[in-house]
Amino acid sequence: MTRGVPLAVGAVVLLLLPLAAIEPRAWLTLTVAGLAMGMLIFLVASGLTLIFGLMDVLNFAHGALFSWGAYAGFTVALLVDGRWGWAASPSLLANAGVFLLAIAAAVAVAFGLGVLVERVIVRPVYGQHLFQILITLGATIVLEELIRIAWGPNDQVMPVPFGFQGSWDVADVIVLRFPIIAIGLGVIVYAGMLWLLNRTRVGLIVRAGVENNEMVQVMGHDIHRYFTGVFAVGSGLAGVGGLMWGLFSQSIRPAMGGEQLIFAFVVVIIGGLGSVTGSLVGALLVGLSYNYVAFLVPKAAIGVTMGLMVLVLLVRPTGLFGVGK
Amino acid sequence: MSDVLELEGVHASIGQHHILQGVSLRVRSDAVTVLLGRNGAGKTTTMRTIMGVLRPSRGSVRFEGRPIHALPPHAIARLGIGYVPEGQGIFATLTVEENLRVAMLAESAESRERMRRVLGLFPDLERFRVARAGTLSGGQKQMLAIGRALVNPVRLLLVDEPSKGLAPIVVEHLIAALKALKREATVVLVEQNFAMASRLGDDCYVMDDGRTVHSGSMASLVADAALKRRYLGI
Repeated sequence: MTRGVPLAVGAVVLLLLPLAAIEPRAWLTLTVAGLAMGMLIFLVASGLTLIFGLMDVLNFAHGALFSWGAYAGFTVALLVDGRWGWAASPSLLANAGVFLLAIAAAVAVAFGLGVLVERVIVRPVYGQHLFQILITLGATIVLEELIRIAWGPNDQVMPVPFGFQGSWDVADVIVLRFPIIAIGLGVIVYAGMLWLLNRTRVGLIVRAGVENNEMVQVMGHDIHRYFTGVFAVGSGLAGVGGLMWGLFSQSIRPAMGGEQLIFAFVVVIIGGLGSVTGSLVGALLVGLSYNYVAFLVPKAAIGVTMGLMVLVLLVRPTGLFGVGK
Repeated sequence: MSDVLELEGVHASIGQHHILQGVSLRVRSDAVTVLLGRNGAGKTTTMRTIMGVLRPSRGSVRFEGRPIHALPPHAIARLGIGYVPEGQGIFATLTVEENLRVAMLAESAESRERMRRVLGLFPDLERFRVARAGTLSGGQKQMLAIGRALVNPVRLLLVDEPSKGLAPIVVEHLIAALKALKREATVVLVEQNFAMASRLGDDCYVMDDGRTVHSGSMASLVADAALKRRYLGI
């Protein structure tokens, strides 16, 4: 609560500050784009922060699971559209149907691969960061090559449901549809995670485990079962993130996950290890600042993300919402 | 009285360091067994090895006659062994009530009833029930750590240095709480505070350099000035 007020004030200042240099209509468009980008990064970072915070695992394979989610969703969308034409259909119901089926496929495939990666690859190297980096980078190479074998090395065009394309004209301001859908999905995922973490017994044990997993074990809870569950859920979220990113950029490619992973790690560090709210705030900060700066000084866009991380680390080394260990 | 816990020639290492070098001890049912020894003697490592956090490289640990040294920590806890670690191990960002709920093996009517009894036993915990545990005082944190071990029906309770860093008045409160506990479970207590240990203990083991070097009744150790000077420096 005490942190909420300064953070809210900071957020409003950050949102309004660019108005000094940007014309209001462009500012609104950039803000929506920034929030959408932030929400897409949040989908990837929220899973990563739990895996990092609870299990102390540096999972570089998270990016490959992002790509697998995108390809699984792409394949299902393509099949459904090819058979029933749901993506090209003007019916919003059909559009929503193909979208939900694609999400289900992305979650299922990334969740399953997450279980496999945790059990086979990660479990033998708990507590050994160097090995975790090496083996999850190795897993990334294998998983990405498998994508190239199955779908080919070239970019694929993502079938975006018809109703998700285009824009709304709100008082002379162009508001793209898909970013609004991305923001909505991000809010739903955030609310779901908060409910799971704060209102369920599983969430309570996971939160305790983020703080001290050894203590959770000596209280009679099989932490490895929770590790596998958290890893799989985190991977599922990466899968959704991959699909959403594919729909956002309207194309997918095998290495797309690795490119987004750096943003996700930055967000996890800014937000604080293990904090879902921290991930959301960090992701929105990165998304908004990236879009504002890209509009004003395009070449400085990536730099501002890193600058933000450095600033947060200097002021709060445990991140905005981190508790430290 | 039968032995609840039995360690036979236990060796254990942390990294490259061979800490326990043949610990043997027997804990009688319904008694308080105190582990004494200087800093670095291996008392905490013994507790962690009993709980399965460290796997012994040699020797055996038996609970009620059953070998438990190959079991993971959660399985050992589910046999009815509670653990209050040194430094309390409370979850600072969770509330007092959440700390108690995490400790429950399952949130049943019985465990909620036990939680109500714990809150009755430690009125401060009831008062700060919805406060974050990190904001409690040292003594309150210790009460919470002990309370957590009591929300399940434990038959053996391992308590590691409960009086460390606490004011004398709080230690008195703690002694009263542990005395009440004696009636419910067999207790193994690691304690540097000799006065507290002598008031609570029935049996004692003295550890030195990762070995048990003396065993006997607490009363006989209290009376043996030479032994106290040699191993405990008092």
